[in-house]
Amino acid sequence: MDFRDTMQKVYSWACQIGNLGLWIIWLLIHFAVDLWYFALHIACAIESYLISSGILKRYKALDIDKLRYLAIVIESEEAYHIPAVIQLLQWLVDIGVKHVCLYDAEGILKKSKESILGKLNNATLFEEAGESNLLLDHKHITLEFASFPDGKEAVAKAANLLFMKYVKLGGSGKIQEEKIFTEAHMSEALRAVGCKGPEPDLLLVYGPVRCHLGFPAWRIRYTEIVHMGRLKSMRYGSLLKAIYKFTMVRQNYGKSSFNYILLLQVVPHVLLKRYERTRDLDRKNESVT
Amino acid sequence: MEKAVGSMLSQIFENLVCLIRKFIFCVLSVAPLPNHIAFIMDGNRRYAKKRGLMEGVGHKVGFLALISMLRCCHELGVRYVTVYAFSIDNFKRSPKEVQSLMELMQEKIDDLIKEESIVNRFGLRIYFIGNLKLLSEPVRLAAEKAMLATAKNSKAVLCICVAYTSTNEIVNAVKESIEEKWDEFCVLNASGAGYGLIKLGGSEGDEREQLIKLIDIEKHLYMAVAPEPDIIIRTSGEIRLSNFLLWQSAVCYLYSPSVLWPEVGFHHFLWAILNFQRNHSYLYKKWKQQ
Repeated sequence: MDFRDTMQKVYSWACQIGNLGLWIIWLLIHFAVDLWYFALHIACAIESYLISSGILKRYKALDIDKLRYLAIVIESEEAYHIPAVIQLLQWLVDIGVKHVCLYDAEGILKKSKESILGKLNNATLFEEAGESNLLLDHKHITLEFASFPDGKEAVAKAANLLFMKYVKLGGSGKIQEEKIFTEAHMSEALRAVGCKGPEPDLLLVYGPVRCHLGFPAWRIRYTEIVHMGRLKSMRYGSLLKAIYKFTMVRQNYGKSSFNYILLLQVVPHVLLKRYERTRDLDRKNESVT
Repeated sequence: MEKAVGSMLSQIFENLVCLIRKFIFCVLSVAPLPNHIAFIMDGNRRYAKKRGLMEGVGHKVGFLALISMLRCCHELGVRYVTVYAFSIDNFKRSPKEVQSLMELMQEKIDDLIKEESIVNRFGLRIYFIGNLKLLSEPVRLAAEKAMLATAKNSKAVLCICVAYTSTNEIVNAVKESIEEKWDEFCVLNASGAGYGLIKLGGSEGDEREQLIKLIDIEKHLYMAVAPEPDIIIRTSGEIRLSNFLLWQSAVCYLYSPSVLWPEVGFHHFLWAILNFQRNHSYLYKKWKQQ
């Protein structure tokens, strides 16, 4: 009996020691991974310094027109740091980016919309930008603000809109199906609930992990997603490099479609807004008289 | 004699590799592991081109890579695996290529449900995800047969996305939830509850209540059979989701090794897991916030 007890004790000890050993090895492996990332970080910092100081020449020739719409995803906790966001936007203006969508899941940026627009002297809201701005004078930027509810909840709202349409058409049937349930109609419904901006070509993630944190799903079908590291350690050089790399990959993309696509996406939106505004005005007038 | 020694050596080597793998997985499993890994198998055609192989051979080699990834997932104990096999947009490729891909798919599906195949050895339940109506008749039948044949397997789940795009999935989910709601109303109306559909159709104010909830839509997504993915691995160095799991990937680590899909190997898998563990606490926090 005693013998069996001792054996059991020895066995459980061995197990514990084994587990401890596995833990230590795990920690060592992850330490090595951390070291690797640290080295990578240093290398990136040096490269970024070289780029921003202009030593690496090739980054100067940048065909910015290939980047039609840029999205920036910022981790919400870091989005509180508005000066950094403004600095980032200023860099984008300097590089010559024209349309930017700023996203953070909790809507911190949305809330500080006014102060961001106030600090940048050449920025307008994307929704308010008239057609004239589409012709894009240099050093001007349009901004769009988005947050998590503009993704999934907007789809639910759009679904309700489609439901109304479905009810009007009188319920089920093959014809209705084709009339309502297509991706084009879904896009239209999303636009009607105010959550359908253009699809960004490039999405830069400022946060600890490479993931899009719930950027509206409908808009990132073929968007390139690049992880930029944390906002507090952002660098001009790496921003320039990311955009440069994107324009190099997309060399075979036609430029001609640029304004056309944007017009298609923006004009109905603008018209809708204008219609709503005049409607509201009319209502006000009515109530006055 | 030499041959025998050679085969013995290779046998020993194989066992050794197997042992090392087991040990590495043992070490990895002291920390949280992913529950669901998704793969975008990109680069099969480029692989064939690069090696000067016949068209279609790339996909066959790619299938072997898939099997090896499945083995890795099985050994590590990942419960859900999703692969992006064929996008709706792929139907736009040349008819000849689509045809040959369909044939390959049918052949592989039939292989998969054989008694001795990897699916049954690992106890995988297969779901084919996507708009299966778009597939050709024989492939669709094979897919349905495979789903039925593996329905009793319960150790792990393999979701194969064919004729899938995320936007199509969303539209379909919206459609199904609308139809469900409509049926509900019809029943209510018939029983005299008088919900007043006409009034419903008439009111278009912004203040109307949300009849269709987010949860209804999520319930009808094709991918509702699996939890959200923890890692999406896309080969060939690009990080574009290409209309794959857009809805489900909000807090999902995106990993894009620069190799083509047929070249993907154990060390890429390992690197993905290590990165996932590195970022796990953050991703978990975000997931809970959602």
